[in-house]
Amino acid sequence: MSTTSSSTTGTGRMASWGVDRSVVILLVASVVVLAGAALESPGVLSVNYLLQQLQIAAIVGILATGAMLVILLGQIDLSVPLTITGTAILATSLAGSGNPTLAFIAIPAGLAGGLLIGAVNGLGVAIFRIPAMVWTLAVNAMLLGITVFYTSGAKPAGAPPSLMVFLARERTVGIPNAFLLWLVVGALVLFMLRRTVFGNYIYALGQSPRALFLAGAPVERIIVGVFALAGLLSSLGGLLLVGYANQAYQGMGDSYLMPVIAAVVLGGTSIFGGSGNYSGTFMGAIFITLLASVLSLMQVPDALRQMVFGGIILAMLLIDRARRTP
Amino acid sequence: MTETGISRSGKFKVPRVVISAVLLAILFAFYITIQPRGFSTYVMTIWSNQGLLLALAAIAQFFVVLVRGIDLSVGPMIALTNVAASHLLSGSLGEVALGVLLVMIVGTGCGLLNGLAVVVGRIPPIVATLALGSLYSGVALLLRPTPGGDIDETLSDALTYDVYGVPTALIALAIILVLVAIPLRRSRFGMSLYAIGSSRDASVMTGIRVPQVTLAAYALGGFFASLAGLYISMLTLTGDPNIGPSYTLNSIAAVVIGGVALSGGVGSPLGAALGAFILKTISALMFFSNLPPLAQPFFEGAILAIAIALGSLGMLRVRSRLERFL
Amino acid sequence: MTSLVEFSAVSKTYGGIPALTDVSLTIEAGAVHAILGENGAGKSTLMKLLAGVITPNGGTIKVDGVERHFATPRDATALGIVCMFQELSLMPHLTVRDNLLLGDGGPMLRLIRGAAVKAVRASLDSVGGSHIGLSSLVSELPLADRQLVEIAKAIHRRPRLLILDEATAALTAERVETVFAVIRKLRDEGCAILFISHRMYEIDAVADRVSVFRNGRHVETFAAGTRNRDEMIGLMVGQPLTELFPPRVAGPAMSVAPLLSGRGLSWERGLDAVDFDVRPGEIIGLGGLDGQGQQYLMHAVFGVLKGVQGTLTLDGKPLGGVTPRRAKAPGVDIALVPEDRKTEGLILDMSIGENLSLAGLSRKPYGLTKAAGPADVAVARLTERLEIKLKSLDDPVKVLSGGNQQKVVLAKWLALSPRCLLLMDPTRGIDVRTKAQIYRLLQELAGEGLAIILQSTDYEELIHLCHRIYVFYRGRVVREMSGDEVTPDALIAAALNAHSNTAST
Repeated sequence: MSTTSSSTTGTGRMASWGVDRSVVILLVASVVVLAGAALESPGVLSVNYLLQQLQIAAIVGILATGAMLVILLGQIDLSVPLTITGTAILATSLAGSGNPTLAFIAIPAGLAGGLLIGAVNGLGVAIFRIPAMVWTLAVNAMLLGITVFYTSGAKPAGAPPSLMVFLARERTVGIPNAFLLWLVVGALVLFMLRRTVFGNYIYALGQSPRALFLAGAPVERIIVGVFALAGLLSSLGGLLLVGYANQAYQGMGDSYLMPVIAAVVLGGTSIFGGSGNYSGTFMGAIFITLLASVLSLMQVPDALRQMVFGGIILAMLLIDRARRTP
Repeated sequence: MTETGISRSGKFKVPRVVISAVLLAILFAFYITIQPRGFSTYVMTIWSNQGLLLALAAIAQFFVVLVRGIDLSVGPMIALTNVAASHLLSGSLGEVALGVLLVMIVGTGCGLLNGLAVVVGRIPPIVATLALGSLYSGVALLLRPTPGGDIDETLSDALTYDVYGVPTALIALAIILVLVAIPLRRSRFGMSLYAIGSSRDASVMTGIRVPQVTLAAYALGGFFASLAGLYISMLTLTGDPNIGPSYTLNSIAAVVIGGVALSGGVGSPLGAALGAFILKTISALMFFSNLPPLAQPFFEGAILAIAIALGSLGMLRVRSRLERFL
Repeated sequence: MTSLVEFSAVSKTYGGIPALTDVSLTIEAGAVHAILGENGAGKSTLMKLLAGVITPNGGTIKVDGVERHFATPRDATALGIVCMFQELSLMPHLTVRDNLLLGDGGPMLRLIRGAAVKAVRASLDSVGGSHIGLSSLVSELPLADRQLVEIAKAIHRRPRLLILDEATAALTAERVETVFAVIRKLRDEGCAILFISHRMYEIDAVADRVSVFRNGRHVETFAAGTRNRDEMIGLMVGQPLTELFPPRVAGPAMSVAPLLSGRGLSWERGLDAVDFDVRPGEIIGLGGLDGQGQQYLMHAVFGVLKGVQGTLTLDGKPLGGVTPRRAKAPGVDIALVPEDRKTEGLILDMSIGENLSLAGLSRKPYGLTKAAGPADVAVARLTERLEIKLKSLDDPVKVLSGGNQQKVVLAKWLALSPRCLLLMDPTRGIDVRTKAQIYRLLQELAGEGLAIILQSTDYEELIHLCHRIYVFYRGRVVREMSGDEVTPDALIAAALNAHSNTAST
């Protein structure tokens, strides 16, 4: 990625070798984690294990892509957990309904659900000007209520759409389909961020909504658009998860919020908005997946894993701040 | 800083607290009429106990929101202090007293840590409290993976029943509100909290020690979260590491309903407590209405969302679009 | 007289750009010391140094003969230096009482007693604020009362050096007199007062000594009354005004149909039935004291304000539902150079190239940034025409000097070939050379048929550039001037006559 492209973040501190800095650090960190784990169980260095990690990383990565877009605006989306769960339940119950038409629209419906949830998030933030973290948290609570009501609190019935199983579990020429899907999604988002007016607006809005508004840009539409897109990506991640786990279940999205934010922050995207590179998020997702996988190999309980992700986010932000104020 | 006052046009504005109180009175009357047991000490006690619990969480949130922050770790802090109480609140009177003190120290310490991350670490409050919250939840789960524990019943009995027909919880709340309100309104420290939320720059210019006072606000938030954690222990006689999540959003919704501005500098602990009782009365109403029990989580979520949206309606009245992008 | 504060060779730069250069100045106790200078001359930097908001890059500041380093406003306050910043000293959601009490430095945790409240009342009364209730919220007070509270708050701290920054801008003549009486009394008690104002007559009325600043340098200090107004203006500007401004050019005839007109424009918080017309090729000025509604008119025309009553007419056709997006759309073609270059005009962390193309992004074909739109050609042409000095378009815009930054803002909008250009104080904080360039450019643009509305706090600017001037007071146009009517005295009189007129009604 060229540092002089006119659509990079343009922040001075990223000018020298910094654009790829977090990518390089994450690459080194990934190798260190793998090497450390290899001492315990050499199996982690097998091609199969690594490809399996890419498969899981694709889910985290697609979720992180949505989270990154929202964070680029200087906002945050806390409805990710129930967007995943809700759209997953929607898609599986349609796919398992026995009605071929409903089964056929299962995936589009799931994605549309994500888009809609995102749009609701965006409307609250853009029109009602409710702080994003509060509003998305409230939307999350409503979605939780809807899923509880719909499933009667029991394990949701239904079946995963076969296309999602194919995408999430199968491989093409040895490479996991999920990873290929992630590459396509990533390339599209990268193109959007770097080459389109909408992408430029996202960075500008994160830097200075005031200046962008006075430059006559459709600020509200950009906010709604970004949240909707993030919702779409969250539901895509949720559908992949359905395919991977072969089912949808209550609470399936809960453990993804922290690692996804950690991946974005580790990738060098500023939590204040307006700066960040997709390559960072990409490597961030891979690193977080490796770390989670190694932690579970070591039989670290989930509670402790969440603590690790929270600790990583804090540490990154503190380091970032130390770097900015010499 | 008061909710009363004559507006510039000379019209008398009804204080926000009065509106909340009237709303609560109406809801309460309604609740009593549909409550099958009618107005009785038992009903009052249950209602007050639930209300006090959320009121304490709301007061915890109030202090942080007052200085223009937000605390997404209120729920995790409550869970952690609840779990801590389940380990510490047993034995002789002296041991229980020491346990109470230790639990308060744990809560205040968590709040202080939040404050340090925000004030010294300069991490935005949302992310700082989100990440630290995951640490607190993790510790709570490690301390007690499943609900349980042993809590002294004498203290519990003393705090969760009634005195001559008046619920102890209401008496405790009244004492707490008076103890908080006096220094808040009549000491320079209390005024400084309002000042920082109202205008940070002006507070600096006025010579207020902004970092220290902000830190104190977060610590007070942690202290009140520990009171909520203690009170849950009194009510349930167990420690539950998973009790937290709903309290974060509920505490935010309660302060918004109670007239505390999320933009800082406006509101009172009384308002926050009223907001908490309003929320609790609404969910009690739903419990005794004919709503299917499974639909209740959705309606609770929806009411939170509506409350937060209404609290933010002020932004729609903004006459200059620029003011939305400060 | 004894010297209270002594600056020796003090310098302050912001990111390499000097704001104050090698300033040596003595402030004496028991005297009112006026600081004169244009916008950007370094007055506010001087104040912020004294108030402990910023620290100098070089030189020393001595208080009572002892060298001091202020890290925070608290340190300055501890030495008795109290600063009244415009709009910055009050907490809006707090009551008047609490605002004053918080400033007095009393113990944090002890409860407030009645005596403290009485002292607050006395301070407020002494500046003529006896009509202001202690329990009123500051945000609900009218601007003039708020200013009195600011002054009372500063005085309440018993300062040894009181710094007043445009402290009386919103006050009526009678109130100004009350405040001056307080200032004189403080002076007689031995307090030093640093008085910053644009208004010559105020300086004549109250100052004992005058220091003139220009381009961040201390030019001269003299006893009040030893220089006449023209000499003082000459010191402030540094060169004859004739060189700064291009020769006047006649505007279009009044018979030419206006491009843009407003009728009865009202807005609840600061516009009251304003009418205006601007013709193609005409430069109209919005004058008056600062903050009398000029900015709101600009914002109303550009669609920033909501709930504006009255009608806007473009090309004789009504123009409704304006937002900035619609204002810049083809067919409407209005552009706004906003007041605050750093937060509104530019995105400082983004590159020069990105800033230049920001307004034109909406016109890119297919929404792709690489696709060359018509605006891109114009940007390249304008970069040359405006003589923007830059190394690379990829540098962040914040490395440019203030003047070049403002040129970027202008180029960004001119690239859209607007028909009407709204300028909000476009030369604030800009060096004289760039100012002259911008003035020439505006006149050329008018010559090419652009309709220009110029709002400025610098009345020389209005006098030398504008064909017609609307003078504002409290949200209303109180006077329209054109041709030979426009003289400095007439303009000031219009702004001030308005004072007594409105005060008496």
